[in-house]
Amino acid sequence: MHMFVVLARLAWRNLWRNHRRTLIMLAAITLGVWAMIFMTALMRGMVSQMIADGISALPGHVQVHHPDYRDDPSIANLIPRSDTELSARFVDAGFVKWSSRVRVPAVITSEYESRGVTLLGIDPDSERDLTFVDYDAVEGRFLSASDDSGVVIGKKLAATLNTEIGKRVVLMSQDPDNDIADRGFRVIGLFEANVQSFEENYLFAGKATVQKMLRIGDQVSEFVVLGEDYRDVDAEFEKVLQLVDGNVEVKRWFELDPYLGTMLGVMDGFVLVWIVVIFLALSFGLVNTLVMAVFERVREIGLMLALGMKPINILGQIIIESLLLLAIGLALGSALAWATVQPIKDGIDVSIVSEGMDMWGMSSVLYPELLLSDVVLANVVVLVLGFLASLSPAWRASRYEPIEAITKV
Amino acid sequence: MNLVFRLAWRNLWRQPRRTWLTVGAIMFSNMLLVFMISLQFGMYGLMIDNTLQAFTGHLQIQAPGYIDDQKMRQTVDNVVPLATELRDYFDSDNIAARATAFALVSSEERSYGTAVIGTEPAFERNVSTLPGLVTQGRYLGEQDAAEIVIGAALARNLRVALGDELTLIGSGRDGSFAAAVVNIVGVFESGLVDFDRSITEIPLGFFQDVFYMDGSGHYIVINLPLIDDVPVVQEQVEALLPAGEDLVVHDWDALQPGLKQAIKADMSSAFFMYGILVILVAFSVLNTQLMSVLERTHEFGIVLSLGLTPGRLGRLVLLETAILGVLGLLFGALLGALFTYWFSVNGFSYPGMEEMTAKFNLPARFYPQVSVLSLLIGPAVVFIFTILAAVYPALRLRKLHPVEAMRAV
Repeated sequence: MHMFVVLARLAWRNLWRNHRRTLIMLAAITLGVWAMIFMTALMRGMVSQMIADGISALPGHVQVHHPDYRDDPSIANLIPRSDTELSARFVDAGFVKWSSRVRVPAVITSEYESRGVTLLGIDPDSERDLTFVDYDAVEGRFLSASDDSGVVIGKKLAATLNTEIGKRVVLMSQDPDNDIADRGFRVIGLFEANVQSFEENYLFAGKATVQKMLRIGDQVSEFVVLGEDYRDVDAEFEKVLQLVDGNVEVKRWFELDPYLGTMLGVMDGFVLVWIVVIFLALSFGLVNTLVMAVFERVREIGLMLALGMKPINILGQIIIESLLLLAIGLALGSALAWATVQPIKDGIDVSIVSEGMDMWGMSSVLYPELLLSDVVLANVVVLVLGFLASLSPAWRASRYEPIEAITKV
Repeated sequence: MNLVFRLAWRNLWRQPRRTWLTVGAIMFSNMLLVFMISLQFGMYGLMIDNTLQAFTGHLQIQAPGYIDDQKMRQTVDNVVPLATELRDYFDSDNIAARATAFALVSSEERSYGTAVIGTEPAFERNVSTLPGLVTQGRYLGEQDAAEIVIGAALARNLRVALGDELTLIGSGRDGSFAAAVVNIVGVFESGLVDFDRSITEIPLGFFQDVFYMDGSGHYIVINLPLIDDVPVVQEQVEALLPAGEDLVVHDWDALQPGLKQAIKADMSSAFFMYGILVILVAFSVLNTQLMSVLERTHEFGIVLSLGLTPGRLGRLVLLETAILGVLGLLFGALLGALFTYWFSVNGFSYPGMEEMTAKFNLPARFYPQVSVLSLLIGPAVVFIFTILAAVYPALRLRKLHPVEAMRAV
């Protein structure tokens, strides 16, 4: 232990003998670590947002459907159970954020135009926490009850249909017997969504109203549950499995949308690749610095060896020197990353490329997300790889022949 | 060989390990840049080509406003004669007229709302990949036949097969009720379930009858062999448009604004990463050059007192750096090219990429293309930064005082 203290002190002093070199290296390490963490935070934020948007389009972390519904999202594949009865079970199970809805393809027609849309028959109370629509930001008003006779559509859709609040539109779909089911609705609200296609594709009507229009009694297309964290939905999944019975399919979000699911996995891989690449770029400079530091001290190292210092201690000293350098760089880089993420935590506006971001499935505001695990990962990777990189110069230093080293000019 | 060059060259190899490590850092980043940029360019090219060839085409002639609203009434009059005239003028078959409507498509059992597109069967093949995706039956034939081609997913959902009849219900150009019975002659499969479910095609002549189009359509698609020709052809087409009629020509960027933006968004995040890499390399070079200047203080003092000007010494240091940079550039670009070439033959893939790329009409494997631009753009930037990094050490020389410098150990 005593030896370690001595070595650490030696290493520390050696580091500052050539302060210019150390500072440049520190700057490089700090910048590298900052880039690792900052970029990772941005990418994490992007993916989170993407998944959040994606889930709000699905929506729900765990969903219950008729087994054929996903391939054929039509009226024929409803959950073969009474909505009231299943809902009671969800309430009893203590779920807070859950909802059941009718979700079928439909055609909406104004006086001028028709469009294909997805009709969502919802209960506005239970839907509040789940949907991508902010009720209070809706122009006009949102649905007030499950038997509300109005319809809320996206602003973009309203523009294409040439309709507005107060006007009537006709919704056409089919009932279970394949007879055309249609009904006139008054447009009562227009919503805005941060993903443009949502505004074109989704429209909301009261669940009871839609059930009546489609003549499906007390049945719905799906039950959805929102958990605490999208990364860990297994608890909810198990619970829902216990609740439902009969001919239904229970799926988690990453099974429902494999694109989003793989996105998360790809992201984890990518973060690691990014950290390693930056480290490699740094490692050349690090090894170089160490090699130089060893090289200019050959005589001194020889002297220490001649005085009886063990080679292992020389090795230790160089490695400590390298780790000290890295540790300072890591601390500064991590702190800098934290400091730069703070002011932009509330989102960076990237709306100049909003349609492009739409295409990647992202919204136009970017919220960086600094995860402790990523910071730890960056630090650990840098320390471990840095240790490995400094082995060779340190080993070389410890193998000097004392006499030769001392006499070297 | 020039004296200064010889001096610089020899100076570099006084510390071969340091030189190699610095060259290695430059090489590493050059290699990575060459590979990444080739991959990116290749991907963007594919993204544009695949998206445009799938359906949109390079240019479209439309009524003003159609691009935003896509309303039934925003038509191009006498669309087929106009398309024929253009085909004759350009002596090209890659021009075809289309019309679009939304309709409720019903089979005996089911109904779905989809887009119904009227196409010129003889020419559609040249402006869209859809006819080539027909896996069962055939593509449309006669201009006026009551035929329809639908996606595999829709066929499955509607529970229909080749030869079955479907009913189309929608509204015509004047807002009146439009209906028709059509025969399924072909089923296509694009691999994208949503696309397969939302697009159906019928012959344009038949479309015009059903939807009361009175000889009009909604747009004419023009496909060009080379994307670079777009601006020239756009002007030619604009000049050809019948006088007195209110028509506009849109290029692909206007038609698919998301495409360029998606590329831009991706590019900016990529350039951030490249920037970090380049700066890290610059730090590495700065460190090396500063060290090599500092350790030669004594020697520089001598040559200065012998009458060499600091300016010339500065140039020597810059030249040394330039040699480092050129070595790194040559090796890096060469290795990068080899590396990229290997992938251009064997393809590049990443776990999870398949799901992600399918969303952008891209294949699961990429074949990056080596081009002069992608080969040189990254290394050139690295080279510039390498030289910049040597400016500070070179400038330090100006402050050197011969006598003091000679005393330095």
